[in-house]
Amino acid sequence: MSSVSQNFMKLFRGSSGPETIPQQGSQRLTRRSSGLGELSRMWESAEGLCVLDLGSTSATNIRHFTERGHRMYSEDLLTASTDPELLTTDENGAPALDSRKFLAANLVYPAAHFDVVLCWNLPDYLDESLVKPVVGRLWSVLKPGGMLLAFFHTRDAGPDSPCHRFHIVGADTLEMKKIELRQEARRASTGAANKATADGFQLQRVFNNRHIENLFHDFASIKFFLARDNIREVLVVR
Amino acid sequence: MSAPAGGLQSGFAQIGKSVYIKGELSGSEDLYLDGKVEGSIALKGNSLTVGPHGQVKGGVEAKSVVVQGKLEGNVQASERVELRKSAIVTGDITTQRLSIEEGASLKGKVDAQRADAK
Repeated sequence: MSSVSQNFMKLFRGSSGPETIPQQGSQRLTRRSSGLGELSRMWESAEGLCVLDLGSTSATNIRHFTERGHRMYSEDLLTASTDPELLTTDENGAPALDSRKFLAANLVYPAAHFDVVLCWNLPDYLDESLVKPVVGRLWSVLKPGGMLLAFFHTRDAGPDSPCHRFHIVGADTLEMKKIELRQEARRASTGAANKATADGFQLQRVFNNRHIENLFHDFASIKFFLARDNIREVLVVR
Repeated sequence: MSAPAGGLQSGFAQIGKSVYIKGELSGSEDLYLDGKVEGSIALKGNSLTVGPHGQVKGGVEAKSVVVQGKLEGNVQASERVELRKSAIVTGDITTQRLSIEEGASLKGKVDAQRADAK
């Protein structure tokens, strides 16, 4: 039975997973991404796509898309969420972030504007009070048929999984580097609302499949790719 | 372009970090800006450098733009835009060549033919 279940899981496990390529003086990992591979097929065959990258500003990603004639937008939502002016309290008096204020200043785009949104690991590290509002806004700025890629840690990844930035270095290959917060972001007294530390962002929660399906319930379809490095890649279509 | 030593030099203008300007700036020489400017900057054919203490709130048009500080506004450079690691840019960038150091922050659209990673 164990061999049957192993074979069954192989159907869902892509070849995604990390490879460590040692580079002098750097902490970069590369990982193969099945979700990225699927998206690449789309943007290699299309022209003039509108792409939104919600990770740390990446010249590599900007070059990747602009060289292919696509329009590239960059917005680092995790860093934006460390703005101390967002601090408020919820109905129970617990610290929270003001999602209305956040969305008034971030993700301000016309409706149905983007063909592709790269969320990377944003939902795993974003403050709880912002996750659903942000996903709702992403739905509205994606074109019908537009695609969103997001990464979620599984429980086996552990609570101390570092937050990485992602650079596209191949059709299905990403280079990952641990994010270090800017000095200004470190000074933000976000407390329990953000749990950002001097070393970087902390994993806020672990989504299971049902949570992920609920999070994206307004989207037309959802596809899961389970990788060997305890990352669940999700490709959703509006 | 780094801050020139020993004061103003011919063909090179400076705005020091204690200076605050509200209004449109235009010129026909290179500009090093380390102060605060609220308004557009037009230096067609010349270079603009926003120093580490520089803050610009307004659109920028120049031949090349180097940002080390903060810039809020659209950037149009006929040749090149360079974001150093301390740069925080909010606005759209239109240029032929874009260079971004790791650590720089950009929030906006990029309309470039080449983006170089550093």
